[in-house]
Amino acid sequence: MPHRTFFWFFFPSGLAMLLFIGLPIISSFFQSLHIEPEQILMEVEKCDPFGCKTETKVDIEATTKLQEEQPLGRFNGLGTYGDRNHLAFSEIKEAWTNSLSIAEFIDILLNLPFYKALLFTLTFCFAVTPPVVVLGFIVALSVNTITKSLKGPTIFGVILPMIVTPLIGSLVLFWMIDAKGILGSFIQFLFDDPNLSLKSSSQLTWITLIIYGIWHNTPFAFVVFYAALQTVPQDPIEAAIIDGASRYERVRHIVIPHLYPVATFIILICLMDNFRVLEPIIGFAAEGVAQSLSWMIYNDLRSENKMLFGSAGATSMLTIVGVAVLLTPVLIRTWREFRTER
Amino acid sequence: MESKINRYSKQLILINSFFIIAWLIVSVFPFIWTFWGSFKVKADFFSRADWMFAVTGVNTLIETGDTSTVKAYVESWTEGEFWKATMNTIIITVSVVTISLFLGTLGAYALSRSTYKYTFWILIAALIFRAMPHITLVSGYLFPFFQLNVWGILPTTIIVLVAINQPFTLWLLYSFFKTVPKELDESALIDGCSYFQAFRFVIMPVMWPGVVTAGLFSMMLAYNDFTVTSLLLNQQNYTMVPKINAYLGTIEHSGNYMWAVSSVVSATAPLFMIIMFFQRQLISGLTAGAVKG
Repeated sequence: MPHRTFFWFFFPSGLAMLLFIGLPIISSFFQSLHIEPEQILMEVEKCDPFGCKTETKVDIEATTKLQEEQPLGRFNGLGTYGDRNHLAFSEIKEAWTNSLSIAEFIDILLNLPFYKALLFTLTFCFAVTPPVVVLGFIVALSVNTITKSLKGPTIFGVILPMIVTPLIGSLVLFWMIDAKGILGSFIQFLFDDPNLSLKSSSQLTWITLIIYGIWHNTPFAFVVFYAALQTVPQDPIEAAIIDGASRYERVRHIVIPHLYPVATFIILICLMDNFRVLEPIIGFAAEGVAQSLSWMIYNDLRSENKMLFGSAGATSMLTIVGVAVLLTPVLIRTWREFRTER
Repeated sequence: MESKINRYSKQLILINSFFIIAWLIVSVFPFIWTFWGSFKVKADFFSRADWMFAVTGVNTLIETGDTSTVKAYVESWTEGEFWKATMNTIIITVSVVTISLFLGTLGAYALSRSTYKYTFWILIAALIFRAMPHITLVSGYLFPFFQLNVWGILPTTIIVLVAINQPFTLWLLYSFFKTVPKELDESALIDGCSYFQAFRFVIMPVMWPGVVTAGLFSMMLAYNDFTVTSLLLNQQNYTMVPKINAYLGTIEHSGNYMWAVSSVVSATAPLFMIIMFFQRQLISGLTAGAVKG
């Protein structure tokens, strides 16, 4: 296809991606270099029958004027990246010199907002992905063995958690796990503790969120594994049967090696998607104990009156760095494949 | 396919059936429970005394005179203005699906038929764009949109969702176009068609399965989106998902909590119907994505 034709065919799609994915990243970076203007204070002398007092008040007029002149705020360079809510360099340095043991230092470090959110995001990513891959594989294997007429409805039932939006999915589970819901009261009954609630401690909330993550992501792994199972060659399996291999040995030595590339694909997609975890935290009302990087950005942008563009921009940039680190293996692999193809 | 020597033993079938049934319960029961509970009052669905109340509807009987009630549905659709959210969702979903399929088929066709190296780089760029968390993009939109005065309205959100959706649509349709033999459009070109005519009259008619699959995924993205719609739309223009979240914010009004429960059912039901119809296409789409990585 000539360059000219290619250009006109691709132009609309490319323009949309450039304008609404490429530019926002640059815009985010630009925002992160600025900080909201400080409020201009003025001293007002207030007199009443009992005497005069001077009060400091926000000069609203001057503040709005400044905001109109510089809607993005003043230039702050990379300052926002180093402040307490992001990488917190000075706090870390202080904690390093002041803390007596490594444990104490780590404790201080993980109480800083950014590192706390990073810890949760990574924990969520790496706790959810392995069970998802294993469960997805087992479910795919067993759905593959059932009668053909039952397959359709079974697959529909299994993929339901995946097709609802995470917010709705987490709400549906949350309402059951709530202390007043069916699962909540069952757990209370099981441990014989009427005050037990999954919201009561941060560990329990984290576990609940991770269970939700597994519930939501397993169908995806299932579908991909199930589709890949249809492509497993039958000849080696029959040969193995004749050689007397048991069912377990066949799965272990023929099916699993065949599915390795698919498994890496699932792992990467899972890590990438779970890195942006946001809706479950809102659905489970777990903001107090579990914050993710996406949630930090959401929180900065949520209030309509005072959006912290600078702070949100800086967190966005740091999140993108995280995604880039996760994505590197895929890119290297694709690049190698491309090189060998030529 | 199934060879006779590859028979399953009785125990295996038994264990397998148990496992599948258990797993189906895990994945389907929450939805059935919510559906059932949405016809009860809050005192039953969140029952402190006994969870069986949610099944039998004791408090619902006391409060409304019947064991099940559609009060929450009626109120959320009228007083809660859920009908408006539904309208907005329909507008956004239909527009996003149409526009992204239009742009996506053109772009993916070009990518699949060009032999130059830059197509590889474009696909890689699309892969990177696909990995961007949506919230980081939203943080980039808000400020310019405020300055341009286009924040809060539906068209902006539609364009943004189309763009966010493009990378995945491109990859999916690219892998579908690759399966259509090149000879088909080459012969059309020899017969004197322009590239666009070959695309429109020769390739598109055989591409419907791929288009349906890509459309399904676009639909799910637009229908299910929370991050973009909740931050880019103003309260009056909210779609279903942010609307449900907004109901949750007003817990002090105990009736409103059931609005959220009934709205969850209202929002989920149409989606399930559509998926039930198009399940095959959905799975073939995920497979195509998997094969291509």
